Amino acid sequence: MKRILTWSLGLALLAAAPAFAQKKATVENVPEMTYTAVPNFLKLPPGEYLGESVAVATNSKGHVFVFHRSANTRLFEFDQAGNFLKEIGSGYYGFEFAHAVRVDKDDNIWTVDEGTNMVTKFSPDGKVLMVLGRRPPAVAGAVPFPSGPNAPAQKYILCRPTDVGWDPQGNIFISDGYCNNRVVKYDKNGRFVTQVGSEKVGKAMGEFNLPHGLQVDGEGHVWVADRGNNRYQVFDNDLKPIREITNLGTAWTACISSGPHQYAFLSNSNPNGNMPGTWDTTGEIYKTELDGTVLGKFGHPGKLPPGFQVVHTLDCRNPNELVLGEIESWRVQKFVFKPTTPAKSASAKSAGAGAN
Amino acid sequence: MKNLKQALLAAALIAGAPLYAQKDAPEIKFDSVPNALQLPANIYLGEVAGVATNSRGNIFVYTRTGHPTVTLGTARPFAHGGSRLFEFDPAGKYVREIGKDSYGFMYASQVRIDPADNIWVVDQMTNMVMKFNPQGRLLMLLGRKAENIPLPARATTGDGAGRPTDLFERPTDVAWDAAGDIFVADGLSNARVAKFDKDGKFIKSWGKKGTGNGEFANVRSIAVDAQGNVYVADGGNKRIQVFDNDGNFKTAYTGVGNAQALCMTKGTSPFLYVSNSNPPNDIDRDGEIYKMQLDGTMVGKFGRAGKLPKEFGTVNAIDCRNANTLYVGEVGNLRVQKLVLH
Repeated sequence: MKRILTWSLGLALLAAAPAFAQKKATVENVPEMTYTAVPNFLKLPPGEYLGESVAVATNSKGHVFVFHRSANTRLFEFDQAGNFLKEIGSGYYGFEFAHAVRVDKDDNIWTVDEGTNMVTKFSPDGKVLMVLGRRPPAVAGAVPFPSGPNAPAQKYILCRPTDVGWDPQGNIFISDGYCNNRVVKYDKNGRFVTQVGSEKVGKAMGEFNLPHGLQVDGEGHVWVADRGNNRYQVFDNDLKPIREITNLGTAWTACISSGPHQYAFLSNSNPNGNMPGTWDTTGEIYKTELDGTVLGKFGHPGKLPPGFQVVHTLDCRNPNELVLGEIESWRVQKFVFKPTTPAKSASAKSAGAGAN
Repeated sequence: MKNLKQALLAAALIAGAPLYAQKDAPEIKFDSVPNALQLPANIYLGEVAGVATNSRGNIFVYTRTGHPTVTLGTARPFAHGGSRLFEFDPAGKYVREIGKDSYGFMYASQVRIDPADNIWVVDQMTNMVMKFNPQGRLLMLLGRKAENIPLPARATTGDGAGRPTDLFERPTDVAWDAAGDIFVADGLSNARVAKFDKDGKFIKSWGKKGTGNGEFANVRSIAVDAQGNVYVADGGNKRIQVFDNDGNFKTAYTGVGNAQALCMTKGTSPFLYVSNSNPPNDIDRDGEIYKMQLDGTMVGKFGRAGKLPKEFGTVNAIDCRNANTLYVGEVGNLRVQKLVLH
């Protein structure tokens, strides 16, 4: 009886505790950035809805792609003014549970789906060009949720991958994921090059506890939001660790802006499941130089705009016009920042040309 | 990190070890025709398990489009959907979908066209072989879908010889002899060949799991020659086994790697194409397709595993109605390639 009681208590505690406790950022004296929110940015046709809007990205024309969890996971394209254009990938094999969408320098659209373990490269007009990973075969039927240690990571099989990015040469980097704890580098043709991390959770440099977001800067350095370890790790192009950033709270997602002067945007998103007071200590997004110097922060959790609820990805092609995708509140918001220096306005002008 | 290095090293050694596949077969030059199939905006191919052409050159694709659903009724889980059958004209223009929402379509295994242009569909999850007429209406069914599916899935057991009834367990392919007798490759859970007469009457089956003559690791693909001999791709044993029309073992051909997809050309001096398909979790090994004579003489090989055009991602189907213009269906790359051999 005692054992049963202990067991149920353990279960209750487990159920109540958030999967990853949120962490208050320790950085101090960060200036607040002021912004205006674009009201009702995305206009949906009658009968169409967004679900959990976990992923958002823009292309060189400013079109906005939203990869969201509806009854089915769906990918919508909007024009730069937020008017609905079309759906891409309706019923597609690699869509089950959205996690990320990114647009490469050639305007190809890449989706990362953690319900199928597939990363898909679509052409700008929505044709499948390449797939990475494989959806578990349905013929195996429904199997019990695996327990115990993660299975060994494989070169070409992903395990609930989370994000994708490219270096200037077109090499592909994937953060993988919820049941591996690694970043994989493939060449532009999809061949395995190297990886950092493994299936195992770890805390040392080059190890991960849920690599949740990833982007690559113009130098080919790979930025990884190591969410469970409350840090960002930066790697060189061969995935050798360079440094970590540990004072910006829980690392949910990273974005690197375009143009000759790049900035990083790093989100200490509020968690799914808030305690009283959580909104007071989390939810802000930081803007930094690529050397880690924190320039400013903005934003607060809130159910109503311009508050946000669990920012999952943000697009920063133009560092003065951010588009944010939220899990809770099923919403995409656009924030406009006043350029503060001539340098920034210059990079904003050339935003369309660079990699994102 | 050390473990990872060791694992990668071990993987590299395995990849570099000599396989049964022929390394010295001459290379056949070939090209991949761009945009061989033009898909409408709202249709996407999933894993392409089957591709076949009919006598007019129309192309049929049986593909795992995903999203099978389970619904509850009388406290039992019922499963539906997950695969679709598309038809394209000889230029690759989309014509229509056949068998939309069919009870028998869940996990595509193969599509083949018989000499009368009937369309035969093999499904690995509903365990059915379906014969559609050229207009797309059902003519005959072999096997039966399970009424409901176990949740969680049950592990399969048995020696692979079947119950032994006319019910299948993960069938993979179908072929016919000149008299119209039907041979079903059965399959990935069973390991046997089942023979029916042209009206679907169950005659016999042969084979079980094993490595001896007439035994199979799995039965992945099947073809029948003009004399009625039956060629069976025994992929897991890295060989093709040849039987007479009654299932008596005649010979076996090795040197073709993991034989997964078979196609026999038509005419007086037919060839056999067989794919040494790469495993879905690795594109750094295998992938080439062999061309051989029916007596096992190797003619040549082409291609390798990968994601680019002229590379293959786990080929599961080859159509060779025209001996030098092939269609290959790929599981790994969600596509059909049209290949022209020179």
